[in-house]
Amino acid sequence: MAERSFKAEVEHLRKGEGDTFTGEGILAITKALLENGVGYVGGYQGAPISHLMDVLADAEELMGELGVRFEANASEAAAAAMLAASVHYPIRGAVTFKGPVGVNVASDALANLCSSGVNGGALIIVGEDYGEGSSIMQERSHGFAMKSQFWMLDPRPNLPSITKAVKDGFELSEASNTPVMLMVRIRSCHVTGSFETRDNQRPPLTVYDAVANPQSDFNRVVLPPMSYLHEQDKINTRWPAAEKFIIENKLNEMFGPERADLGIIVQGGMYNGLIRALQRLGLAEIDGTTEIPIYVLNVTYPIVRSEFEAFCAGKDHVMIVEEGQPDHIEQQLGSYLYKSGSHTRLYGKDVLPMAGEYTGQVMLDGIIAFLKSAAPTMLPDHVRAPNMDAPKLPDLSKTVPIRPPGFCTGCPERPIFAAMKLTEQELGKHQITGDIGCHLFGSLPPFEIGGATMGYGLGPAANAAFDGGGEKRAISILGDGGFWHNGLSSSIGNMVFNKSDSVAVIVDNYYSAATGGQDIMSSRAKNDTKATNNPISKALKGVGVEWVRQVDHTYDVTKMRDVLREALTTDHKGPKVIVASSECMLNKQRREKPLRNKAIKEGRRVDVPRFGVDADVCTGDHACMRLSGCPSLSLKRLDDPLRDDPVAAIDQTCVGCGNCGEVAHAAVLCPSFYQADVVHNPGRFEAWRAGLRRKVINWLQKRRDARRLRLDGVAT
Amino acid sequence: MNFVLPSENVYSKVDGILKLAVMAVGGQGGGVLASWIEATARAQGYACQTTSVAGVAQRTGSTIYYIEMAPQSGNAPVFALAPSAGDVDVMLAAEMMEVGRAVMRGFVTPDRTTLIGSTHRALAVSEKTMPGDGIAHAPEVQAAAELAAQRLILADMDRLATDQGSVISASLFGALAGSEALPFPRAAYEEAIRASGKGVEASLRAFDAGYTAARDGIAAPERQAKSAPRKITGPAEYMREWEALLARVHALPEPVQAMAEAGLAKVVDFQDCAYGAQYLDHLATVLRADSADRNYALGGVAAKYIANAMAYDDIIRVADLKTRATRTARIDAEMDKTDSHVLHLTEYFHPRAEEIAGLLPAGIGARTQANPARMARLDKWFGKGRRLRTDSVRAFVMLHILGGLKGYRLRTYRHQLEVAHLDAWLKACAAPEQYELRIELFKNRRLIKGYSDTHARGLSKFERVMEMVPLLQGRPDAAEWMVRLREAALQDPEGKALDGAIKTVKSFV
Repeated sequence: MAERSFKAEVEHLRKGEGDTFTGEGILAITKALLENGVGYVGGYQGAPISHLMDVLADAEELMGELGVRFEANASEAAAAAMLAASVHYPIRGAVTFKGPVGVNVASDALANLCSSGVNGGALIIVGEDYGEGSSIMQERSHGFAMKSQFWMLDPRPNLPSITKAVKDGFELSEASNTPVMLMVRIRSCHVTGSFETRDNQRPPLTVYDAVANPQSDFNRVVLPPMSYLHEQDKINTRWPAAEKFIIENKLNEMFGPERADLGIIVQGGMYNGLIRALQRLGLAEIDGTTEIPIYVLNVTYPIVRSEFEAFCAGKDHVMIVEEGQPDHIEQQLGSYLYKSGSHTRLYGKDVLPMAGEYTGQVMLDGIIAFLKSAAPTMLPDHVRAPNMDAPKLPDLSKTVPIRPPGFCTGCPERPIFAAMKLTEQELGKHQITGDIGCHLFGSLPPFEIGGATMGYGLGPAANAAFDGGGEKRAISILGDGGFWHNGLSSSIGNMVFNKSDSVAVIVDNYYSAATGGQDIMSSRAKNDTKATNNPISKALKGVGVEWVRQVDHTYDVTKMRDVLREALTTDHKGPKVIVASSECMLNKQRREKPLRNKAIKEGRRVDVPRFGVDADVCTGDHACMRLSGCPSLSLKRLDDPLRDDPVAAIDQTCVGCGNCGEVAHAAVLCPSFYQADVVHNPGRFEAWRAGLRRKVINWLQKRRDARRLRLDGVAT
Repeated sequence: MNFVLPSENVYSKVDGILKLAVMAVGGQGGGVLASWIEATARAQGYACQTTSVAGVAQRTGSTIYYIEMAPQSGNAPVFALAPSAGDVDVMLAAEMMEVGRAVMRGFVTPDRTTLIGSTHRALAVSEKTMPGDGIAHAPEVQAAAELAAQRLILADMDRLATDQGSVISASLFGALAGSEALPFPRAAYEEAIRASGKGVEASLRAFDAGYTAARDGIAAPERQAKSAPRKITGPAEYMREWEALLARVHALPEPVQAMAEAGLAKVVDFQDCAYGAQYLDHLATVLRADSADRNYALGGVAAKYIANAMAYDDIIRVADLKTRATRTARIDAEMDKTDSHVLHLTEYFHPRAEEIAGLLPAGIGARTQANPARMARLDKWFGKGRRLRTDSVRAFVMLHILGGLKGYRLRTYRHQLEVAHLDAWLKACAAPEQYELRIELFKNRRLIKGYSDTHARGLSKFERVMEMVPLLQGRPDAAEWMVRLREAALQDPEGKALDGAIKTVKSFV
């Protein structure tokens, strides 16, 4: 079960002709897919389109009614490969994943798909993870479109435009026999708004009909000599067909007056940012009306040369707003201008920065720089000659600490890294690689375990150079998501085949947790439409790993440490793989808390554990913090003139995972921690026994108190 | 090039758009708050757009939500998808350092921004892991916020909400309504909460608390300031001894009295009044070398750290503290235990051979400590993690008996070690000519804390810092360097910063 449920929202997907849909971008995209008669959908989760996968999963029933097949693909490569159904059959298909890392993984299938060409519309919805909030390296997916030749849509970031792009994308794909990538940026995925809905369409040909009447044509197979023909076909047939469709259906938009000395060309996705800068300069109205001609590239690849040249005609200055690098579009435009001998001056990455997100301030500065050169009189006076000082504020950069993401309260991965840290203290520093997933937070303080990540499922593969062993073994970390995505073959298979001497730790938290808690093959949940409960350790044995240790309770730090030590010191030849399994606490709490509250209400016995710290026993050395980083384990300053340093304190959000106590044991820290289990609705015998114990204890306490000085407020 | 557009920008066409940002820590419910605001605006006939960044930032990192709205009219407005520096009307920051981050990023400006912030702290990892006090300085952030904001509403929104059994999104939403930064009536906000349908009653109470805080401010001292006079009770004979000690404290120079009384209480609580008398003897020795000209600064510092040194953390003290009636009552309250509940209490103990040897009589303890075979045996018998269920009679009695061994404590090996250490330290503190340096040597005691390995590491740092005295002695800046060394020692557990500081000192002497 995913972290966020869209069951309620999915009902809005049933809306028909004349209704208005109000909600998030990802839901709008799903609705548009259904309205356009999509025949099959799939994808792989990852920010910012994780929720699109969740919506599709939650909409499975509705899609079933329409004869639409939903597949939660094993990886982006698997998702892209699924589009093969549209090569021979006139069926529309759509898959989604994050870009550009998902596109990296999918690129093999995408390249083959593009060579073959498609018959039914093939749409790849990519959540471009770029700029603030991104979790990956800063690159663009654009280059893939150029090298494999698929078309790239980057619609204006509002719901009517995004949903129209779904329709346009399918039609463009079919008109040019080419897959189309619909790019939505981080914020567009979750932008809210409204659009007019249409009735959902049952696909004219369902995948079920198609599989009953199979087709094949060797001309579509990527083998010589057909592959040479495919290349010619791309250039001579598909590209012109695409340009024709784009022009005739006005996929790109023109705003503002037709004639002017200057103009701005903008990627559709950057349109709102551009308008905001113009609004702030007084050059655009609230609804976007402006005196500057704007050419909006809702299709960022291919660039339609005739349209572009028509826009430049009669203009002395043209600016291109293109976020990210390399400046693919600007290079193309410059080349067109040069070859046509035009005198129009092109601005772009000279007034805007080459790298980095185009935030509001960056955009404003860029537009001002452009207008200063192109049309200084358009600028407000105070911008041309600023005479106002910004207020001087104290520098807070040394005061405000950075706050990178970290393990949640009660996370089962925390004790794994605590154990690794203890192992490091005992056996010294090791060569460690990480992988993609929540466990990558282990590379940040306080643990600082692991120094590289080479891609999803590639943690152990990234240590391959050290597979031959040495004085100390290399360790790699791999999550359950990464394991099933690519790790089983590329990492574990690689280790087995090469007789690796290294150690791999597989962090199994029952979900694809970092992307929002989607089920995967080894999830423990029962899932009506997916086969779960396939243990990782079984798969490991299956591919020939002989040394496998399964730890079923990661919170047992001592055991975790002992298993790690064993892996690092055993004489066993071949890969050593530890599977550390405990459920993601975020998902566990979400599942169990309502059940627990219900049980308490119904009078059933429930034990609620929580940890605490005896402030007078804690000396404020913070050794526990350095093995935890738990949000609920924090510090407080005591009201005691004898104390200098704040002491540990645990707040109400503690879920009683046990890490604090286990770490205190394993690391021999201090006796400050205690675990308090509040038993709700205890049994009659239990309550009687507890009462009796209390009586004895109270008697002993009173007796001692009567024989000593009691200095309240000294130690309590 | 960084233009911050001035407010009186007559050309700007964005003043018709209201812009709100929410800065929160992942998991605080910023998304719920944003959706309430959006629902309120739409219900009031506004066009409204929300954006958020989902992703790994949701896992306890800094997150930002952004909302724009404008009255519905003709064509749809073009809204931006992210806040711009200098162009935010309302900033809601759900934690004090996020308030600071909002200011740092330029989202709070004096010409337009209403800043609604929560003063509570969710400490960042870097603040928690430092062995010393790494907590960020909140007053600095508040001072900056006062300068930056057009209007500032600060309150502990977290407590306002949790007191009502709700979460911070509700109290912040209430504060937004109370600020009247948006042209909507209170009822419209409350309707949005009701429509969302989850935990409505608690949310509405927290909303009210936030609303009131924004309208009327928070009664100044939120928590009653401490320092109620220390209440002491006990058998008459002990009370007489205590009064006698107290009389000695009152005879001390006035500036030292308060700290000496606190120190005395700690030491007597640790052991007994006779031990307290020893404490005052030590203090008296220090005070003989002190003077009124210096306002007895040395004595005050000595009173603090001698008490801490004498009340060391041994098994007996821990066992005593863990079995007191006051502790039972405190935990019951903390865990909201009522009569209908049963409370299980588990203590995590992991004694090492060193602690056990320390508990033996001085002679035997010393011999054991010196004999590796015996230590190994002790470690085998005792050196493992133990969970003691102190709500059960057996474990409680065991700790109760241990905690009652005060009469025996002064004969233990640990006590012998502590006394020797104390004497050596006092001697070292008395040695230098320079008054300021002597103060700093007393303060170095702060480095010794923790248990087991942590304690050993602290001790070694303490010793390394103290070893620098001969090098620094006589230099006019000796005390300043001693402060720097100590601060460096508190930077990291391994003592890397201290290594660097020591190298620096050695380079110039």
